[in-house]
Amino acid sequence: MIFDNDPVLLSRILTYLTLGFHAIFATIGVGIPLMIAIAEWMGIKRNDPHYTLMARRWARGFVVSVAVGVVTGTAIGLQLSLLWPNFMQAAGHTIGLPMFMEVFAFFFEAIFLGIYLYTWDRFKTKMRHFLLLIPVVIGATASAFFITTVNAFMNVPQGFEVVQGVITNVNPLEAMFNPATPTKISHVIIICYLTSAFILGMIAAVKILQGNKSVYHKKALHLTMVSAAVFAVATALIGDLSGKYLHEYQPEKLAAAEWHFETEEEAPLILGGVLTEDNEVKYALEIPYALSILAGFSPDTEVTGLNDFDEDVLPPLFVHYFFDLMVFIGMYLAFVSVLFAVINWSGRWNAFNKPLLIMIAAGGPLSLIAMESGWIFTEVGRQPWILNGFMRTSEAATTSDHVGLMLILFAILYTVLGVTFVFVLRKMFKRNPVEREMRKRGITNYEV
Amino acid sequence: MTYEVVGITVLWLFLYGYLIVASVDFGAGFFSYYSKKTKKDHIIHGVIQRYLSPVWEVTNVFLVFFFIGIVGFFPDTAYYYGTALLIPGSVAIILLAIRGSYYAFATYGAEESDFFSFLYGATGLLIPASLTTVLTISEGGYITVENGSVQLLYGELFGSLYSWGVVVLAIVSVLFISAAFLTYYASRAKDFNALELLRKYALFWSFPSIIMGIVVFFLLGQRNEEHFMGMVDLWWMFAISFIAFLGAVYLIWKRKMYGTAFILVMVQYFAAFFAYGASHLPYLLYPYLTIYDGFTNETMAISLIAAFVGGFLLLIPSLYLLMRLFLFDADYVEGKK
Repeated sequence: MIFDNDPVLLSRILTYLTLGFHAIFATIGVGIPLMIAIAEWMGIKRNDPHYTLMARRWARGFVVSVAVGVVTGTAIGLQLSLLWPNFMQAAGHTIGLPMFMEVFAFFFEAIFLGIYLYTWDRFKTKMRHFLLLIPVVIGATASAFFITTVNAFMNVPQGFEVVQGVITNVNPLEAMFNPATPTKISHVIIICYLTSAFILGMIAAVKILQGNKSVYHKKALHLTMVSAAVFAVATALIGDLSGKYLHEYQPEKLAAAEWHFETEEEAPLILGGVLTEDNEVKYALEIPYALSILAGFSPDTEVTGLNDFDEDVLPPLFVHYFFDLMVFIGMYLAFVSVLFAVINWSGRWNAFNKPLLIMIAAGGPLSLIAMESGWIFTEVGRQPWILNGFMRTSEAATTSDHVGLMLILFAILYTVLGVTFVFVLRKMFKRNPVEREMRKRGITNYEV
Repeated sequence: MTYEVVGITVLWLFLYGYLIVASVDFGAGFFSYYSKKTKKDHIIHGVIQRYLSPVWEVTNVFLVFFFIGIVGFFPDTAYYYGTALLIPGSVAIILLAIRGSYYAFATYGAEESDFFSFLYGATGLLIPASLTTVLTISEGGYITVENGSVQLLYGELFGSLYSWGVVVLAIVSVLFISAAFLTYYASRAKDFNALELLRKYALFWSFPSIIMGIVVFFLLGQRNEEHFMGMVDLWWMFAISFIAFLGAVYLIWKRKMYGTAFILVMVQYFAAFFAYGASHLPYLLYPYLTIYDGFTNETMAISLIAAFVGGFLLLIPSLYLLMRLFLFDADYVEGKK
């Protein structure tokens, strides 16, 4: 074994692995239905078959990703009980309700997705087929909503009392709607939309960069980037509110993210840098007052520093890098998508120029990296707690000796699934390129 | 009825739902592979694909409902079963993951490949085998709890006749339930060649399934006498099950009313499954855990039941729509849409 056989550490790694892999499919699983809905809606409103075809093709790729999302979601659902039995025992008493409802939401989505995919030409009006997508979008977003309340609860557990080690006086709704819920949910849902818009935008940008001149890809790029611009601006606003939430309820997490040691007003925001052994920040970019403003709207806000917390309850300080990575990429995505939208709207320059297309294409993988960084920041930033202030991660894990072996098996599984997924998607669209499908369906294709 | 009993009944209903829909799916995978090997796949391939394509995602959700629901209603099960089942549970997840994704890869993506259809057929038999471990260890004697540490006794599990009996029962039941359903589906599709072949499968697997049912019934007597006596007290439910079985086989044999025959198969398994479950109570895990000491608090119980009722009201019309479009729409079933 590479690691000491420590079930806690191995359980953490296996959970990261499953969640990290599932997060990709969960994120696009929540976001892409909305993008499909926008495309199909445009197709109906403008009577433009290109958009309808876009919805068709996106849906076809989407369903393959849903399959991987479903099976990895099943995996994490079971692994929570297998790897964190003590946590799930406590969670069952307090936060079982939204977990249960999440399954309902997904069930609802799965039923209508099945119907949607197989009924393109079965209804009299196109509008009726479009309406089937509404429950899919609602179900997908509701799944994200419910499961994120569980994560919010892990950060700010409330709605119960512990009397002599026994959980009593439970209020499931209070547990669900805790102070972390509003910012966390809006942040998670909006980045699902943003990431999905960028992934689809990346595909169109790559096609155009490869020299494909079909109007289809230009329309796809335009639709995704204008949507992305809206989502990116919303993400920035919500991100700002998340900072204020952290200041209020999890100041140690904010301080760790920002390497903020001394409690002070007019606190600067630190970007990048390295930490010396004596906790001195070097080579970092400092933006004066910015941390105070992020925490409480004004430079006078006093931000508690790391030195004022018990060392025993501080998260590892490397979360700073994940926080920065998330913020940087977030800004990048906002910049690129807004720039595209503005250039295209002004009509003075060509928005489909090469540098901008490359930047958009890079936005696809970058948005996934930002999403993963955000999750690592929020999960590692909550350590050493699994239930903030109530249960330590080390108390929650299984005592089984076989986690190492399972870790290896799952690593192989995810590698094989990931590789086949990419392979199958490429093959699927290579075999049936958009030009051929337009010809087959009698849709006029023209080059611009 | 106490909240505890309502909770376990709801969960048992979901598990029953999974038993039926998943059996159809698992068995279809096996028949699909088997017919390919015997060069008869052109006969039944269409029927299987037409049914499975729109519903495969729905199947998995029944299972997720069960294991998320049981932690909600009975949080202590997470502690006992979670710790003990790390390996069998993980194996089941991996098999489910392979099955689900490769089905989608084959159906929506790449063309048919022998390897994909082998995976699909093999996992269909291995998944029920691995999932039955849970029911087996719930009978007690396969788990020790020492100093608060739960251990699964693998030697006991793999060396016990009962545990292998349950595995075989699960596999033959999967094949019987699936063949009975697909026979009905083929008759609706008016696909008479497929009907003939599937009818043969259904008749072939009917007797192994009932014989294994009886064998496991008596093997349990040696394993857990208390549970066995409880089952004997509920003899009339097993009688209903047996009569339903006879009725189903008779109808399929006589080539009539395949729909009713499948409903009788559902009744057969419903009666036996609920008789087994009811006599298992109050234990969730012999002898450590009952539904009373492992139950969640009352507020959570009420809200879970409320959520269940609300969700159910939402799901029933949706499932009805799904079935109307793909199961009972004659044109779709016959391949005209």
